[in-house]
Amino acid sequence: MPIHTEPMTVNIGPQHPSTHGVFRLRVTFDGEEILEVEPIFGYLHRGTEKLAEERNYTQIVTLTDRLDYVSSMINNQAYCLAVEELLGVEVPQRAKYLRTLTAELQRVASHLMGIGFFLQDLGTLGTPLMYGFRSREKILDLFEMLCGARITLSYMRPGGVFFDAPDDFWPALDQFLEDFDIEFEELERLILENEIVMVRTRGVSVLPLDLAINASVSGPTLRASGSDWDWRKKAPYDAYDRMDFEVPTATGGDNYDRFWVRMQEIRQSIRIVRQCVEQIEPGATRAEVPLILRPKPGTESYGRVEASKGELAFYVVSDGGISPYRMKVRSPSLINLTVTEHLLVGWKLSDMIVTLGSLDINMGEVDR
Amino acid sequence: MYGINMAKGFLVTLKNFTKKPFTVQYPEERVKQHPRFRGEEFVWYEERCTGCASCAKYCPLGIIEIVTTPSETAPAQGDKYRLELFDISINRCMFCGLCVEACPYDALYMGSGFEQGQYSRKEMVIDIDHLRQADKHPSTFFRPQLEETGYDPRGGRPLHWQDVGREGWQWHQREKMGMRIDRPVPADLIPSDPPVDSSFVEDSPALSASKIEGDAE
Repeated sequence: MPIHTEPMTVNIGPQHPSTHGVFRLRVTFDGEEILEVEPIFGYLHRGTEKLAEERNYTQIVTLTDRLDYVSSMINNQAYCLAVEELLGVEVPQRAKYLRTLTAELQRVASHLMGIGFFLQDLGTLGTPLMYGFRSREKILDLFEMLCGARITLSYMRPGGVFFDAPDDFWPALDQFLEDFDIEFEELERLILENEIVMVRTRGVSVLPLDLAINASVSGPTLRASGSDWDWRKKAPYDAYDRMDFEVPTATGGDNYDRFWVRMQEIRQSIRIVRQCVEQIEPGATRAEVPLILRPKPGTESYGRVEASKGELAFYVVSDGGISPYRMKVRSPSLINLTVTEHLLVGWKLSDMIVTLGSLDINMGEVDR
Repeated sequence: MYGINMAKGFLVTLKNFTKKPFTVQYPEERVKQHPRFRGEEFVWYEERCTGCASCAKYCPLGIIEIVTTPSETAPAQGDKYRLELFDISINRCMFCGLCVEACPYDALYMGSGFEQGQYSRKEMVIDIDHLRQADKHPSTFFRPQLEETGYDPRGGRPLHWQDVGREGWQWHQREKMGMRIDRPVPADLIPSDPPVDSSFVEDSPALSASKIEGDAE
């Protein structure tokens, strides 16, 4: 007599340590194999877009901090670029460099966290995570020196940055760059070519390039599939047109390639930071803009950046008032999440969490 | 050879095993904040404040509540308006520092503390008396004039209102002089009947309504 089996539906989340926030996956299993996946999100919805309609343009900067809370600086940058385009304000050179520098430091911090949690999902019990956090801590210290906060930074303002870096910031940054090379090399030696990591992640959950493009996936997830699409190269903003860096790409599109691309991006980001330190010149750090901004009625703008997770964009429409008529956030995590079903179906339970970790989603940004 | 990279990784952990931990054992030892740290509690200099409520208007969450009255006793101290209420509901504050940025007279500063938890929500509302009596250890956030002096909010001496501010305190005194009620006022600006304060007494509907709102928080 054959054994009668039937598929089983399991809820992962909404509160689960490996879902990177309040995210729920309703998965149907046949034994260990995944038959069906339904991602359910919206548990962290705070109505950022609606809240933006009743705040003035500078106050919205504080809202953008809370979208992708591990890369606040890049969120600020995207929003400020949108508002500057709306106003037609020219940002001073020094501010552009400071923005580029801080955004790249933030990218390093975000990737370190992404890598750390990806490896923790893989079962490394926190060792690489703590190695990453050690360096991230130093970056947060630099941010504290710069703007007084560690996570919710609000450092940038429409028209530049709120203030120049203090004098002791530059020696501290040099010290950090010196230490980081050693620490990052340690992390690479620890995990990058570890055989267990390779076996668990090579060839798992492959995202083909055509699907990635069709689903408008962006960021390291797209670049791991073989495209070299990067807004820092394709449409340089702030000071990226003066920076010399490479866009690391991989062709496999599997979990390991996504992890590998992030590791390589950290190296490139540090390269950009070094160039910023060399090229930065004294000058003004904020354009002459009033506290309360009033763009012309009917104007609209789309400010986009290459955030640590992908293409982050703010679409702002003005009706001439002190707050935007509408603000739309194009968040990379949400769009990258749309390929979850394709990535997971057919793979095993133990790969599911790893794949989710390799996408490096942030629920603050998905639900907004 | 299979496993060579794992051995490399174990060498890294072995090397770090002998090192001192990077973490700080918090209650016993503390990391010193940077002078720009945006934290609790707010430092407010009454002598500099004109009650313009720029901070209240600029706060994204609207947690600063200011009530001023045209006063008859305040001119003795050199002011036209008296601050009746200056409440900061710090329980909803996100320490963005926009109120400090908006203050045109450098009267409001961020603090540098981070461990002022309270047991009840009512204690999280900082009122005017609390602000008057608090220790004046302003953070240098958005105040370059403090940075230039090399002042350190943690461990430095409390700063007097004359020590802080973009403009010298003499400038500020002159500015406040301009607000004196006894300066010559053009005849067409003088109201026909003198201003009555009765709408601002304790049990007036306007004030008690706002008080109830504050309590509901």
